[in-house]
Amino acid sequence: MPEFDWLTLSIVIFGVIAVVMPTVGYLTLSERKISAWMQDRFGPNRVGPFGLLQPLADGGKFFLKEAPIPRQVDKVFFLIAPAASMCTALVALAVVPWGPTKPPVGPVATINEVGSPAPTADTVEKFEVKQAAYKESFKGVVMPGLDIGILYVFAVGSLAVYGIILGGWASDNKYSLLGCMRSSAQIISYEIPLGMSIVGVLLYTGTLNLEGIIDWQAKNGWFIAFQPLAFLLFMTSVYAECNRLPFDLPEAEQELVGGYLTEYGSLNFGMFMIGEYTHMITTSLLMTVVFCGGWSLFGLENAAGDSVVWGGILKTAIVLAKAGFFLVMYQLVRWTIPRFRFDQLMDLAWKVMIPLSILHLLGAMLVREFGLSNWVLTGISVALFLAAGVAGVVFGKGPRNTPKRRVTVPELAAR
Amino acid sequence: MPAESDVMWVEPAKLGLFEQLYLPIITDGLTTTVKHLLSIGSRRTESYPEQEPKMPPNYRGVHRLNRDADGRTKCVACYMCATACPAHCIDIVAAPAPAAWKDREKYPETFVIDELRCIYCGMCEEACPVDAIELTTLYDLTGLSREQMIFDKEKLLSVFDQTTKAGTDPVRTSGGALGPASEPK
Repeated sequence: MPEFDWLTLSIVIFGVIAVVMPTVGYLTLSERKISAWMQDRFGPNRVGPFGLLQPLADGGKFFLKEAPIPRQVDKVFFLIAPAASMCTALVALAVVPWGPTKPPVGPVATINEVGSPAPTADTVEKFEVKQAAYKESFKGVVMPGLDIGILYVFAVGSLAVYGIILGGWASDNKYSLLGCMRSSAQIISYEIPLGMSIVGVLLYTGTLNLEGIIDWQAKNGWFIAFQPLAFLLFMTSVYAECNRLPFDLPEAEQELVGGYLTEYGSLNFGMFMIGEYTHMITTSLLMTVVFCGGWSLFGLENAAGDSVVWGGILKTAIVLAKAGFFLVMYQLVRWTIPRFRFDQLMDLAWKVMIPLSILHLLGAMLVREFGLSNWVLTGISVALFLAAGVAGVVFGKGPRNTPKRRVTVPELAAR
Repeated sequence: MPAESDVMWVEPAKLGLFEQLYLPIITDGLTTTVKHLLSIGSRRTESYPEQEPKMPPNYRGVHRLNRDADGRTKCVACYMCATACPAHCIDIVAAPAPAAWKDREKYPETFVIDELRCIYCGMCEEACPVDAIELTTLYDLTGLSREQMIFDKEKLLSVFDQTTKAGTDPVRTSGGALGPASEPK
C-alpha cells in the first residue's frame, strides 16, 4: 500500500511537469527540424542560435493570440475539450517510471507458507522491513507502487479520445465531426491489439505494476527479444492511439482541413498539441518500460555501484535515452510513411493486428504452460509475423478499391 | 466506359511478400529519409537575406533603359514596346530629337513604366528594334507606395547604371550605336 508524503509528491509532480512541458516544446522543434533535414531544408533557424528558441516564440504566440470561438459552437464543451485532452495525457504520465525503480513488496500471503491460516508475527515483521526499505528508496515515478499500473495508463490514455470527440462535436462543423468520428473509430479499433499485445507480457511478469515489469526484465531479459511481434503490434497501435502518421486520419489536413482541430486557435489549439506530444512521451516511456527493460542495460546500469545518487542519475539517463530513441522514431516514421486510407486502416486493425495478437497470446500461453524456453516464443513471434506476410500474398486481393488506372496515348507510346 | 482503342486500363500491381510484411518496405523508406537527414551538406535551400540567390541571365526582373556610347538613352520613341505590352504599363511621350542627335529623329520625352501593372513577360524587350529596353535580374523590387513603383525615364536609366556597374547585367546589345535595327543596310 503506497503512502504519500505530500511535500515530496508535490516536488516530484512539479519537477516532472517542469521537464515535460519544455520537452513538448522541443519535440515540436525537433519535429520541424527533422522534417526539414529529411527534405534537404534548414528548418526553423531564425529565433535564437539554430532556431533553438523557436518553442518559446511559438508558446508566446499561443498565449498572446486571440482565442476565437465561432458563434455556432457549444461553448462549454468547446472549451472543455482541449483541457480534457491535455489533462488526460498528463495524468497518464503519473505512473510511468522515468528513473530508477524497485518492485513493490508483494502481499504477505506470498511470503507466508502456502496453506497456513494467517501470517505469523515473524513474516509480518519481515514484510514490514521490506516495506520500509521500499518506502525509503527513491523511485523515479510520480506515483510509485500502483498495482493497477498499466491498466491505469490504458484507461486514462484512451480517455484522450474524449477530448477529441468533444472538440469535434462541439465545434459544430462537418470537418470537425468527421475528424472526431474517425478518431473514435480508430482508437476503439486499435485499443484491442494494444491491450492484447500487453497480455503476453503480463503472463510472464504476473503483475500489472510497471515497476514489477521492469524488475522481471532486469532479471530475465527484455521482452522485445522474447516477443518481438507483441512489441511491433504495441508500437503500431500506440502510433494509432497518438494519432500520429501514418495513422493521423482524424487530422488529415488534405481531406478534413484539420479534423477536430479545425475551429481551434491560440492556446486551445496549443493544449491539444501539448496533449498529443505528452501522449507521445508517455507511450515512448511505456515502450521502454514494458518491452525494452526500462533502466536495465546489460548490467551497465550497475556501473555506478551502490551510490544512490549516481545510480539514480545513470538509470534515469538510460530510460530517457531509450524513450528519446522512440520519440525520434515517431518523427522519422511520420515523415517517411504516407497516410493510410481509412478502409486500409480498419483492415489493418481488424484483419491483421487483432488476429495476430490473439495468436501471439496463444503462443505465449503455450510456452508458459509447458515451461519452454523464452526463446521459443521469439521463434513463434517471428514465425507468426512471416506467416501473416505469406497469408497476405496468397489470399490477398491486392490493394482493395483501388481504381484501375487509365493510361493515355503518350504513356502507351512510351511503353 | 466507351470502347477506346488507344486507351489501356492498368491494374495496380499485386503486393509481394516484402510489401505484405510492411517492415522491409518501411525500413527501406526509413533508410532513404535517414540518409537525407544525415547528409546535412546537401541543403537545397538558401538562407535568403544573408545569401543572395544567383539569378540566371535571362531572368525577367525590373526593366532598364539602355544608354548608348554617349550616355544618351538608346530609345527612339517608336512605341513598339508600348504596343506589344499586354498589360499596357508603358507610357511614352515622344518628342523630336535634339538637333545635335544626328542618328535619330525622335527621342522619348518621358518614358514611364508602371512596375505594378507589368507582368514581366519580356515582350517589350523582344519588340524593341534598338535594344533600348531590357529586363534585368533585379528581383527584389519593393516600394512603400504605388507612386514609388511607377518608374520614369531617369529611374529606368539609373537601373541601367546600377546593374551595369554591379556587373549583374552586362550590356547585351551586340549591334552598332543604336542596336541592330539602326545599322545601315
